[in-house]
Amino acid sequence: MNVLSLPTPVLAATAEGTNVGEPWLNMLIFGLFVAVTLIIVLRASKNTKTAADYYAGGRSFSGTQNGTAIAGDYLSAASFLGIVGAIAINGYDGFLYSIGFLVAWLVALLLVAELLRNTGKFTMADVLSFRLRQRPVRIAAALATLMVCLFYLLAQMAGAGALVSLLLGIDSRAGQSVVIAIVGALMILYVLIGGMKGTTWVQIIKACLLIAGTFVMTIWVLALFGFNLSALLGAAVDTAGGNEALLNPGLQYGISEITKLDFLSLGLALVLGTAGLPHVLMRFYTVPTAKEARKSVVWAIVLIGAFYLFTLVLGYGAGALIGPERIESAPGGVNSAAPLLAFELGGPLLLGLISAVAFATILAVVAGLTITAAASFAHDIFANVIAKGKTSPEKEVKIARRTVVVIGVLAIVGGIGAQGQNVAFLVALAFAVAASANLPTILYSLFWKGFTTQGALWSMYGGLGAAIVLIAFSPVVSGTDTSMIVGADFAWFPLKNPGIVSIPLAFLLGFLGSKLDRRTEDRSKQAEMEVRSLTGAGAEKAVDH
Amino acid sequence: MSSTPHPDLAENGHVDFQAVQATDQFQGLRRTHRSFVFPWTVVFIVWYFLYVILAAYAPGFMSIKVIGNINLGLLIGLLQFVSTFVITGLYVAFANRKLDPQATAIREELEALDPSIASQSLSGSGEPTDGGQK
Repeated sequence: MNVLSLPTPVLAATAEGTNVGEPWLNMLIFGLFVAVTLIIVLRASKNTKTAADYYAGGRSFSGTQNGTAIAGDYLSAASFLGIVGAIAINGYDGFLYSIGFLVAWLVALLLVAELLRNTGKFTMADVLSFRLRQRPVRIAAALATLMVCLFYLLAQMAGAGALVSLLLGIDSRAGQSVVIAIVGALMILYVLIGGMKGTTWVQIIKACLLIAGTFVMTIWVLALFGFNLSALLGAAVDTAGGNEALLNPGLQYGISEITKLDFLSLGLALVLGTAGLPHVLMRFYTVPTAKEARKSVVWAIVLIGAFYLFTLVLGYGAGALIGPERIESAPGGVNSAAPLLAFELGGPLLLGLISAVAFATILAVVAGLTITAAASFAHDIFANVIAKGKTSPEKEVKIARRTVVVIGVLAIVGGIGAQGQNVAFLVALAFAVAASANLPTILYSLFWKGFTTQGALWSMYGGLGAAIVLIAFSPVVSGTDTSMIVGADFAWFPLKNPGIVSIPLAFLLGFLGSKLDRRTEDRSKQAEMEVRSLTGAGAEKAVDH
Repeated sequence: MSSTPHPDLAENGHVDFQAVQATDQFQGLRRTHRSFVFPWTVVFIVWYFLYVILAAYAPGFMSIKVIGNINLGLLIGLLQFVSTFVITGLYVAFANRKLDPQATAIREELEALDPSIASQSLSGSGEPTDGGQK
């Protein structure tokens, strides 16, 4: 998961010495993006009245729009900068991330998206608690949702500070904190005003910008090498001083048996994590029907697949035109590969545009996470657990809006605190938690009749706990030079990613918990869930205004 | 597949989901759905892990050059993209041709039987659904 990270300390070492671009130009392009999206969010907010409006954009988005928004939600700045950098430096091993992130969508397409759309209303917990005992399952699902969102948020916020500081030339800790606070405040504003509709539009715009930007750069790079992939690869090898290993697997993960196992663990978490990410799942509720949910995933797969193919070319392109040595010694380290490539190709203007795209990317992802967390708190914890359903949708939305502010402030404070932390840790935790705590329960409740409340609780808490404990005692946190806590060593778990243990464990616990459960579940609810999930009978339609 | 409402599927004007679940028509839909998604899930998971394991444990094999600087590893990696797109296409065609007509027939039947089906217990309404007393 390291590739997803923006190693803040390295990035924070700023732009001096490399003079990449003009900070004022970058700032101008950022400002323009913020102004345009804010106007769109304001327009979108006019029709936001009910809970379905606020959480699910009135279920009025088309599959194509939603698919684009999903791509916007999924392709974070870290994955753009991180994967290009990883391929430029580690060559082939960086490519493996792209594949895991893409193939993961088949899980969502075949097993989850449509059934989920037909069964729930607003949140992941709606589906998980459908046929089990509401209270305990909803609390567990909401907790897992909040955990995943929070870790993901902190990583994005810390990354935002680092990225913007690199591109704007702000290198002091105080300056970065101000940047994080501004990003957080903007995000609160978007989500508060626009709800899911506003958030969706920000994500759509961002996805278009990101994919258009990387497409132009890809064609540019390919044109320089006469549209010959083999020539591009050869040039990357030459620039790296004839290092053929760049084209072969193993440069990063082939070092020892442990790193190989770590790679398998990462592969597992990648492919199973996506369909358990609450902010991705929530996007399926913004379309009117299961058929549109299917279209969303198809469109998302096309866009995400194309994007990862671009990153392959951009990564080797950066390797060929700039070279691993120059990239690693640049202020942003690995993550500066894409900005450096943009500068090399199109000078300050292209760099400014690409930087604005990266910034837009962070805003959009952060907004998506915030609304998911707020919806989960207001809808699952407040409305269904605290108020026991005796509340009005208006009240619920009011609570959701307040939660947005609270989460926004938490993210700002956490993001400032997480500066200089290894953000890979946070993202790895988010993916591992999603795959361990959420996915087994989602699949069991959709496909296994014998699944029970006890199984769900064992699986969710067991998966969540195992993932967090294993990461806490992994080399990510202590024991190596690159750990979060330098100097301490309490790591007894050798792998950086807990997936290979925590995911099978969560599946096993779900199975055992159900088999050993003395209580039986309501057969009629199981029947209802299965009938509704497959036929879409009674699923909420688009809201007309 | 007829869309004439079966009175025995509703009880006091509400749909009896267990009865619906037991119908041949619904079981057919369930079978059709699972007969596609389960095998294909196995296929792409196995194919993906084959790739991951080859990359981790057989770098020599993956490094065999095929065309110019393009090696087997890169080709198999690109084939993962191709297979993802192909399985997506196959599923969409299958769902449009086989799943949607069956699902729509049952849905329309149920919604005709009980127009209030949407406002019923679609979870989240907060009504007590404490199972286990059965």
